[in-house]
Amino acid sequence: MRKYWWKVVAILMLLYVIVGGLMFRVPRLNILNETIRALHFHVPMWFGMIILLFISAFYSVRYLSKSEQHLDDKAIAFANIGVVFGFLGLFTGMFWAKFTWNEWWSGDPKQNTSAIALLIYLAYLVLRHSFTDEQQRARVGAIYNIFAFAALIPLLFVLPRMTHSLHPGNGGNPGFNAYDLDSNLRKVFYPAVIAWTLMGVWMATLRIRLKRVEQEVIEKYAVS
Amino acid sequence: MIWKEVFVLLRKELLLEWRQKYAINGILLYLVSTIFVCYLSFNLRQNRLNPVTWNVLFWIIMLFTAVNAVAKSFIQEKKGRQLYYYTLVSPQGIILSKIIYNLLLMLVLASMGLFFYSIVMGNPVADMPLFMLNVLLASIGFSTTLTMVSSIASKADNNGSLMAILSFPILLPMLLMVIKISKHAMDGLDFSASKDEILTLMAINLLVGAVSYLLFPYLWRT
Repeated sequence: MRKYWWKVVAILMLLYVIVGGLMFRVPRLNILNETIRALHFHVPMWFGMIILLFISAFYSVRYLSKSEQHLDDKAIAFANIGVVFGFLGLFTGMFWAKFTWNEWWSGDPKQNTSAIALLIYLAYLVLRHSFTDEQQRARVGAIYNIFAFAALIPLLFVLPRMTHSLHPGNGGNPGFNAYDLDSNLRKVFYPAVIAWTLMGVWMATLRIRLKRVEQEVIEKYAVS
Repeated sequence: MIWKEVFVLLRKELLLEWRQKYAINGILLYLVSTIFVCYLSFNLRQNRLNPVTWNVLFWIIMLFTAVNAVAKSFIQEKKGRQLYYYTLVSPQGIILSKIIYNLLLMLVLASMGLFFYSIVMGNPVADMPLFMLNVLLASIGFSTTLTMVSSIASKADNNGSLMAILSFPILLPMLLMVIKISKHAMDGLDFSASKDEILTLMAINLLVGAVSYLLFPYLWRT
């Protein structure tokens, strides 16, 4: 119980988010209407992606200073799940955009920069596959991972704010706070961010454990 | 101490280049023929390019030329010789000298490129000093990013396409800023109009440079 309490918390919170996000009263706003409920499923994907990629970069830094294989396994697992979250964020965003901005892809700066971010991380995955030596893969992968994360910071946080965007909070559009004054949304949104991120961490830990089991099986059969 | 190393290594790079004339001639021909292909493809004797196309086309050509020019910087030398350097100099000296060498190469390529490009495509730039400042900033950014990426790609086996897929998404934010500033220069807008972009570009360059400087020693060890 001591070790997996947070998984129970994640499941309960996700249940709450799904029920609450779909059932609770939401503010009536022009254009958005009921689609505002997508807030609980789209925005947490980006929060989750950034947190997961940050954890991945953190493990890459640790790998470079310690050179222990399990640190690299963690870095790649978190990066993988981060990319999955990124794609989910992109797709949920596209669906939301179809109903509010009437286009799947409207060339919004945030859409473009998130697509570039995904390209960077897909390149990271390709780079890792081009090595056969495990140690070299881990080291070069870690270096590109840190480099990519550093390049991601201006991409996600600086550039979209410099241009006009359809997203709330950019270029004269009302910020997030402007339309959840009744704080009903917030009651679901913050748990949603935490719950989806915990879900991502859980998925990553499963992959790490799977990798460890695989390695032990290989070692066992290599000896006998 | 480190600057002395950088100076010696830079001199070595330039001397090697001068003796072999390998990178510069090949890449110059690449640049000129690309420009000529674009000129003939757009059929410019009858049409004139509109300024947006002129601008974007120039930077796309520069991007591809830069990727090809810098890709050689770590492949050219044999593994054994790199091991030899490893015993002699610090990794920081290596990365700084390579970045400066590639910066010089980029500046030569950009000015030659602009020269030929202007001959065949015309030159609608109104504010030339701003345009040249932009070329300088772009060259710094391109050479820093691409030197680091080429050192990463040189560790992998199939590095032809790897170089492009690793560097393009990282270069994109830089390229967008550069294209915007150069459009401002073409329209002859006041310097204050492009101040934000110039500062952002410098910040990105600084960030990429600092990260390369810190990470390269780890890469060099493999």
